[in-house]
Formats: sequence, C-alpha cells, structure tokens
Amino acid sequence: MNNKTIIRFEQVTKKYDDDLPVLDNVSFEIERGKFYTLLGPSGCGKTTILRLIAGFTEPTSGTIYFNGKNINHVTPNKRQVNTVFQDYALFPHLNVFENVAFGLRIKKMKKDIIEQKVKDALRFVNLSGYEQRNIQEMSGGQRQRVAIARAIVNEPEVLLLDEPLSALDLKLRTEMQYELRELQRRLGITFIFVTHDQEEALAMSDEIFVLNKGKIQQSGTPKDIYDEPVNRFVADFIGESNIVAGKMIQDYLVEFVGKQFECVDKGFAPNEDVEVVIRPEDLEITTPEKGKLKVYVDSQLFRGVHYEICCYDKDGNEWLVHSTKKAEVGDEIGLYFEPEAIHVMRLEENSRIGVADEK
Amino acid sequence: MKSNIRALYFLPYVLWILLFVVVPILLIIYYSFFNIEGTFSFENYEKFFTPVYLKMALSSFWYAFLITAFSLLIAYPTALLLTKTKHKQLWLLLIILPMWINLLLKAYAFLGIFGTYGIANHFLELIGVGAKQILFTDFSFVFVSVYIFVPFMILPIFNALEKLNPTLVDAAKDLGASPWITFRRVIFPLTLDGVKSGCQAVFIPALSLFMITRLIAGNRVITLGTAIEQHFLVTQNWGMGATIAVFLIIAMVIIMFLTGNRK
Ligand SMILES: Nc1ncnc2c1ncn2[C@@H]1O[C@H](COP(=O)(O)OP(=O)(O)O)[C@@H](O)[C@H]1O
Ligand SMILES: [Mg+2]
Repeated sequence: MNNKTIIRFEQVTKKYDDDLPVLDNVSFEIERGKFYTLLGPSGCGKTTILRLIAGFTEPTSGTIYFNGKNINHVTPNKRQVNTVFQDYALFPHLNVFENVAFGLRIKKMKKDIIEQKVKDALRFVNLSGYEQRNIQEMSGGQRQRVAIARAIVNEPEVLLLDEPLSALDLKLRTEMQYELRELQRRLGITFIFVTHDQEEALAMSDEIFVLNKGKIQQSGTPKDIYDEPVNRFVADFIGESNIVAGKMIQDYLVEFVGKQFECVDKGFAPNEDVEVVIRPEDLEITTPEKGKLKVYVDSQLFRGVHYEICCYDKDGNEWLVHSTKKAEVGDEIGLYFEPEAIHVMRLEENSRIGVADEK
Repeated sequence: MKSNIRALYFLPYVLWILLFVVVPILLIIYYSFFNIEGTFSFENYEKFFTPVYLKMALSSFWYAFLITAFSLLIAYPTALLLTKTKHKQLWLLLIILPMWINLLLKAYAFLGIFGTYGIANHFLELIGVGAKQILFTDFSFVFVSVYIFVPFMILPIFNALEKLNPTLVDAAKDLGASPWITFRRVIFPLTLDGVKSGCQAVFIPALSLFMITRLIAGNRVITLGTAIEQHFLVTQNWGMGATIAVFLIIAMVIIMFLTGNRK
C-alpha cells in the first residue's frame, strides 16, 4: 500500500441471509484524486460496494480501510464520503437551497458561510438562481445536478456516484459525461462511478473495475481492458468481440480455426488451450486470396460510421466485422488482421489465477 | 341518455348523504333554537356562553388533547419499530385486532381490571404500594381512552413510514446526520401527513366521548359528550343538547380543516 491509497478492500465478502455471496472475497485499492468506474451487469454487486464504502452496510467478512484505518464499524455520518444516489434521493420537503445546505447545517456552520458555500456549489453545477425552487419543479438533469451539489458542498474526500446518468436521455447523458469528468478534474477528489454502460466507462475513467457475479474480473485503464481483456466475460462485456477457441502453440504463435497465426502474446504453457479475441474493427475486408480467413457474408447493417457485417467461416464460427467498406451478402470474402489484433486469453476458470500472477 | 344513467348511479349516494348527513345536521340546528318549554329562542346559545358550559368545553378539549398527545407519543415509536421488524404484517394485525372488539366490552374489561378488587390493585398491593382508587379518576379515563385510540394513530403513521423512500434516510446519514437529526429533519417531516390523519382520527372522536367517560370516569370527568347525553336522555332538554352538538360539529370541521392535507 502506498500513501496515495485512500480506500482499500481486503478480502471483503458480503452475504445477505446465508445466500450466495453478493461480493466474494474482493480486494482492491482506490487512489486519491482519480476517476474510478465500477462496471458490470445489473446485480453484480456494484451498488453493494458503494454501500460498503458509504457505510450503509457492513462486510460479512474482510476489512475496509479508509486512509489506512479500519472503518468496518464506522457509521455513515462519520465518514468523509458522500454519495450521489441512483434515484438522487433529494428531500422532497426542502427546496433546492435547503437540500444543498443539509450537510452544512448539520455541521452547525455560520449562516453566511452556509449561504456562500451553497451558492458556490450551485454555481459549480450551473444551477445559480434555482435556490428557491421546489424539487418537484426540477427536471431529471437538474435534479441530478442538485444531488451532485448537495454531495460536493461537504467537500468529501471521495464521491460515490451510483449510475447517476442512467435516468437521462442520450443527449443529456453524453453532456453530463463530459461535465462529470471535468468536475472531477476541477475538484481533484476521488470519484467512484458506477455504471453498466461500457462506453460510458471507457470514456470517463482513469481506471475501471469490471465486475461479474460478485468478483472483480479485471482492473486497469480503459485501454488495458479494451485491448487486453483477461477472459471471455470481459471481452464480451467491453465492446463487441469475436471469440473463438484456440491453442497456444508456443510464445508468439497461436492456432485457431485450424490455422496457425503469428501473435504478440507469450507466457503460456506449450499447447495450452486458450480463447482468442479479435475486435470487429480490427478485421479488414479483402479478397479471399489475400485474407487470413475465408468467410461468407451473412448479413449487413449500416451503422452510420461503419457497416456492421456478420460473416461465418466454414466451421460455423461467427465473425463480426466493422468496416467502412460495403460487402455483398452471400459473397465469399477474405478477412485480414495484424498480429497485434489477436488477444489471447486464458480460459475462464484460470483467468483469476492469471490476473494474480501478473501482479 | 348516458348522463342520465350516470346520474342514476349517483342517486343512492346523494340520497344517503341527504338522509343521514344533511337532514340530521339541519334537525340538530333546528332543535337548537327551541328552549326546554318548546318556544323558539336564542336562550340555549346564550346559555352555552356561560362559565358552566365554557368550562365543560375547555375540559373536553383538554382531555381530547391529552388523549391525542399520549396516543401520538406511544404510536409513533411503535409504528417506527413495526416498520423495522421482520414480520411486520403479523405484528400490525396483532395491534389492529383489539380495534375489532366492541368498545363497551373493552370498557367493561377495564372496570374489572381497575376495580377495587381488580388485578391492578392486586399488583399494587404486591409491590407494597397498597390498593388505590383507580377507577373514576382522570388517570384511568385517559389511560383507557389512549388504549382504545392508539391503533387508530398507529395505522396512518405506519402507512406513511412504509411509503417513505428508504434512500432518503440513507441520504441524510450520508450527509452527516445522526439518527436523531435524521428523524427530526427527514423522517418526521415526511410522515407528517400520517401524523395529521392519526391526530384527526383520535382527536375528533375523543372530543365527543361519553360512554367511556361515564363508565371509567364516572362523574369525575364532565365533557360536552356526557352533557349531550344528559340533556337528551336525563333532563330531556333536547334544545340544549342540540346546541352543544352544533358547537361540537363546528369544532370538528375546524379541526378537519386544520389537520387536513391541502394538496
Ligand atoms: N438488502 C438486500 N437484501 C438481499 N439481497 C440484496 C440486498 N441488496 C442487494 N441484494 C442482492 O445483491 C445482489 C447485488 O446487488 P447490487 O449490489 O445492488 O447490484 P448492482 O448495483 O450491481 O446492480 C443482487 O442480486 C441483489 O438482489
Ligand atoms: Mg445498482
């Protein structure tokens, strides 16, 4: 642990009523001043992690450290953490000003200081002049800003955001992605952002934790995770992927669909069974003779920036291609790709050991 | 044609309200203008504003207030506890169950318990305090009334607490609120509608109590309710009884207006 670490989970397990664990022996570190994203499908335990950090629930086993101190039994009102809730949880009986002032009033600050801080916070989220509005009179996007102002006005060391954008329409959502990222830079505090939207995670984060079934599948920068998914789940969840079974003949040589290909991966046992990922945008359409793979075009969709072309090889594997070039349905075409486009993954059951070995 | 049929549907309700609400109230107002000899006068109204009746009205309000206040003090924590228990529906049922028992039966049961040779006095003797006069005191009257009215207070408060979004409580804690501040600033204000309904459901009937008053308090407590009973059944002064009833109705309307949810 270095002195940048602000939150540390040590083998944290969380169970409700003796069921399967919602979080299963999870360990990770959060550093000061970075934008983190917890990414995973619904029900994988993202909210549970936030609730553990905020203190609304205690771990069944394991320890949570905040600034090096065990905070397992510290109540939420004593933690330097604030939350932007999924449904915003604004107090309906208070106006915008009083909602934002809530935390400051509890700290018994002087009236004029509260006024100043609330004003500043509202200006920060572009809501100056809305002080006296009722919550019911605010739109979804505005409510969300109030929720953010209410949290940051307390100057927390860590801000937790539980799918804050999921209720907004696409346009507002993209806008808010920029604003949140910008906000984090200006405040310089740690953001832990929860989403089930992989594009959002890739666009906003310094670091992503990909979760599934209560376990962290992979952690790393967006580029790491996109380029080097450690297992089938991550590859599938982060963007569209072509995944086929293969065998690692030796370092830098992998076999799949009955052929051997040069690649950039190493460190596998000779002839180890693996899975191979190639991203649709890394596949290039060419003539059958020039291609590394021969496939038949099954269907094609125009997606605006590219065509999404679905092909099958003679073994029946599906190959998804994103290409600016058009193909003809029913044609035989060749697919070309560079050695770097091949990502070799250990099989699912070994993946966790694989991650541990790297570190 | 269609609107005719719709009007037909409303007929039973209109008839009901006319027959059982409007007509009785008009009758009461009508009777209130006749004195005991049966001549038209404002005598009853003049009499109401004499110290005897004003004191009676004041004591009615005072007891109704006490009963409501104690009911609230007991009901709110109970409702709060109920929402946190595992089998809340079962517990709620157990609390509502006494509501289905006839009021008189409950009153008579307390006569037995609080009587000179009742369990309560047995207990007092056992712990060395010695037997006391419990029946026919202010204490027993308020105690029994609160016992009877508490479920009516618990229900609306429980419902309001159930409707409260639990993340609001989390949000308050998240912003640094202690359990007490969370209660005072978030939980209580957001369940105030339930509290108002509960107070209405207790205060209004408590204002016109007479059966429990008679049985449990004897002649110790004289309220507007017992006075109405006296005038109609004992002194046969219907006019005066009706006048008191008019004032009770006015008081109830004012209370309903004050505690109602203007939305
Ligand atoms: N209070 C609770 N009692 C029982 N099960 C719960 C509770 N809260 C969450 N769970 C379960 O824990 C799992 C993870 O939930 P959650 O952390 O909310 O997932 P996510 O936020 O990733 O969608 C879900 O299967 C959910 O049903
Ligand atoms: Mg969630």
